[in-house]
Amino acid sequence: MEYASKNKIKHIEDEHDHDHEHDESSIKTFGFWVFLITDLILFATLFATYTVLRTRYNGGPTGEELFEIPIFVAETFILLTSSFTSGLATLGLKRKNPKIVIGWLIVTAILGLAFIGLEITEFTTLVEEGAAISTSAFLSAFYVLVGTHGIHVSAGIIWMASTIIQIARYGITKDTEHKTYIVTLYWHFLDVVWIFIFTVVYLIGVM
Amino acid sequence: MLESIKTFAADFFVTGDPLIYGADVSILLVTIAVIFVLTYFKKWNWLWREWLTTVDHKKIGIMYLIASLLMMFRGGVDALLMRTQLAFPNADFLPSDKYNEIFTTHGTIMILFMAMPLMFALFNMVVPLQIGARDVAYPFLNAVSFWAFFFGAMLFNLSFVIGGSPDAGWLSYAPLSEVQFSEGPGQNFYIWGIQISGIGSLASGINFLVTILKMRAPGMKLMKMPLFSWSVLSSCIIIIFAFPILTVTLGLLFVDRFFGASFFTLDGGGNPMYYINLIWMWGHPEVYLVVLPAFGVFSEVVSTFSKKKIFGYKSMVFALLSISLLSFFTWVHHFFTMADYKVDAFFAITTMAIAIPTGVKVFNWMFTMFRGRIQMKPPMLWTLAFIPTFLVGGMTGVMLAVAPADFQYHNSYFLIAHFHQVLIGGVVFGFFSGIYYWWPKIFGFTLNEKLGLWAFWLWNIGFYSTFMPQYALGFMGMPRRSSTYGWDMGWWPLNFVSTIGAFLMGAGFIFQVWQIIYSVRQGKKDTTGDPWDGRTLEWSIPSPPPEYNFAVIPTVEQQDDFWYKKQQGKSMKPTKYKSIHMPKNSGIPFIMGSFWFIAGFGLTFEWVWLGIIGLIGVAVSIVARHLQKERDYYIPAEEVEKTEASIGGAR
Amino acid sequence: MSKENQEIQKDFNAYVIGFSLSIILTIIPLVLVLYGMLDKTMLIIAILLAASLQFLVQIYYFMHLKENKNRGYILITLAVGIIIAVTVVGGSAWVMNF
Repeated sequence: MEYASKNKIKHIEDEHDHDHEHDESSIKTFGFWVFLITDLILFATLFATYTVLRTRYNGGPTGEELFEIPIFVAETFILLTSSFTSGLATLGLKRKNPKIVIGWLIVTAILGLAFIGLEITEFTTLVEEGAAISTSAFLSAFYVLVGTHGIHVSAGIIWMASTIIQIARYGITKDTEHKTYIVTLYWHFLDVVWIFIFTVVYLIGVM
Repeated sequence: MLESIKTFAADFFVTGDPLIYGADVSILLVTIAVIFVLTYFKKWNWLWREWLTTVDHKKIGIMYLIASLLMMFRGGVDALLMRTQLAFPNADFLPSDKYNEIFTTHGTIMILFMAMPLMFALFNMVVPLQIGARDVAYPFLNAVSFWAFFFGAMLFNLSFVIGGSPDAGWLSYAPLSEVQFSEGPGQNFYIWGIQISGIGSLASGINFLVTILKMRAPGMKLMKMPLFSWSVLSSCIIIIFAFPILTVTLGLLFVDRFFGASFFTLDGGGNPMYYINLIWMWGHPEVYLVVLPAFGVFSEVVSTFSKKKIFGYKSMVFALLSISLLSFFTWVHHFFTMADYKVDAFFAITTMAIAIPTGVKVFNWMFTMFRGRIQMKPPMLWTLAFIPTFLVGGMTGVMLAVAPADFQYHNSYFLIAHFHQVLIGGVVFGFFSGIYYWWPKIFGFTLNEKLGLWAFWLWNIGFYSTFMPQYALGFMGMPRRSSTYGWDMGWWPLNFVSTIGAFLMGAGFIFQVWQIIYSVRQGKKDTTGDPWDGRTLEWSIPSPPPEYNFAVIPTVEQQDDFWYKKQQGKSMKPTKYKSIHMPKNSGIPFIMGSFWFIAGFGLTFEWVWLGIIGLIGVAVSIVARHLQKERDYYIPAEEVEKTEASIGGAR
Repeated sequence: MSKENQEIQKDFNAYVIGFSLSIILTIIPLVLVLYGMLDKTMLIIAILLAASLQFLVQIYYFMHLKENKNRGYILITLAVGIIIAVTVVGGSAWVMNF
């Protein structure tokens, strides 16, 4: 009985429509790219807002007075490094070594947490100095642009944790391989967005 | 204690208007009736298993259709209330504050909760069948989209009886929509209702873009793909680039209202004009994305009922794609009076440029009909009504695009007449045509043609008598959004005609509902699977299609492949079956939608704890899905063979 | 060294190159700004150029685009996306400049 049903399942897997089984993982990756491009438009709109409202200080502090160079430079290099380490995790996939993958993903997530920690410190210091979201249009645009990126990074950390759990439990399968690949793609994208925040907000701000 | 509950209830529920009490009672009665029927016939389990958890694109399409028809009713009642108020000068049927709420909800509901879901209904019902696929690229995401739309729409509609409706116009221009001028929860309902359903729309856009690009049957090159699928592709291109802008715009307005930021406020360095700039950067592409699928429907219908290949296929594709790209470069024509003259000149030219590809399309439809054997079936009737209606709408659009002249027309009834002419004449007629055309495919029976003819003439006569007078009223200086006018203005006769027309369209809608109910019981079964002698793949399978659509995926050789195979007498019936890979149903999309609703409701009333509970629920649903392993199953070949034999008849 | 290992080595090299280029392209604008080495317009152009270059570097070396089967579609979508993004930013700035 058991043998028969097993046989049947095998039979099904052999016989199913192979010629038209679209490569699922490639379709999913493509869709994720499209999502990233929509996210690009989302950030572009926030950059547009920042550009338009950049000089509306409303008598409040300017970027030059507020931004602290060591903090944002540290944030930049931390995120840049984490983008690199997440890439090393995908190399572990090719070696079929779950330990390498998990190890580098954990390093990436810790760097991400450090980044978020720095950003929270930065924001609280600013608020204590009297530069809150309601102070001026410039600060509204600043907090929402940088904060939206921060929320994306936080979501990425949770996502990475969920991926780590799955690799630890199931090893490297087609499914976990795909999930790891997608989450690192997302992480690289966030780094790219940060480069523009670093340039447009901070560097031009302290100019 | 009792006192505090009383004051809370008085704030929470909208009170003091007989219309609202009527709505309260009817909502209560309908809810009780639905619960009773489901319990009495023991259908709860069926509802959950077959509908609420489904990931089948055909069922999701049907749910979109039902929801959008309900919303059309709601938006239509709003319209009739407004026309009743305007039928006579100095009327006091609706006080001005109620009038403001009603024109706001009418506009928002008709565009976002009627036209958009009707469009997604067609996407879901047709696209996978037309390109020879078993489902969309991401069936689960498709269900997530639907439930996000559904709960967003419900949240928005709730504002009518709880908390109060938004009243700052369908696009909620700042600074009127800011907390300073629109305090209550109404404006928050607007933000969250649209934000939540907008997430669903964005996901659908990605989904259908990938479906069309990646899931076509073997042999169906892009340039052999039916034009409806092309129009959906062009529409999706607009969705993926335009909807993120809406998300941000509404998000910024929320941050302004909730955290006291000053993006669009009058003080704090904010700039209200920037809101108008942002919302139209989404809003203009939005109206093009709803009309493009209608163009696709016309192409299919004209070709089928003229018994001819579509004229100028390549130019049609080119026109669709150029409209979708050009639509991103015209947004300023909605506020010519605000911008600088150089900006105006640029955007006037881009706006007029859109008339060129649109004109190409109209000529191609005409040339397709030329010397064709035209059959006057219901879908064809709506298409024929569309052409002159849209033509006039388009021409008045070109008039409005002339920036200096627009200083005169803008914010007058001329504008109202123009956009209703393109939205009803283009979008609604187009979607009706599509629904009549594909109805037998999805439901397996045809709609009664006689009742349909009544509806058709009532709609058309009603349409012209409503909106032609409004062009004249615009020239006579009647401003839009005015809740009343005096006898001395001389606007009464035309307004009265316009009101009569609106009620005729309402009667047309009732005939359509009657037509559907009548045909459910009496309609002719479609046993052939090909009631119109169609040309594309969806007509090669039984109606309604089995859950896997195609028992064996067909191989396509040319454009209108099914038609030519029919002509050559080639059967498309498969001989050998294989097992089929299918996605499993899932309850997560529905649950996630419910949590969105809870989050939106909490944030609307600024009950932060409830909002956080809802958002955590959404996050948990996403993680639960991410952790899920077994997401699909196989239908064995023997079962496919049995199903195919039992449907029989078709082909 | 097996073929597979060679491939992994190649990928690793790509990451190292990408990472180094990114660091360089971050340090250059930082130094330019901190020492005010150019006049303001030139400076803004230079640092935006560095950011755009880094964008390309990350896409090329990190985001596996060249081994993706759908890179044709992705590149077209990305190109249109960038056009729209530039329109949103540049267009808003132009329209709001009255």
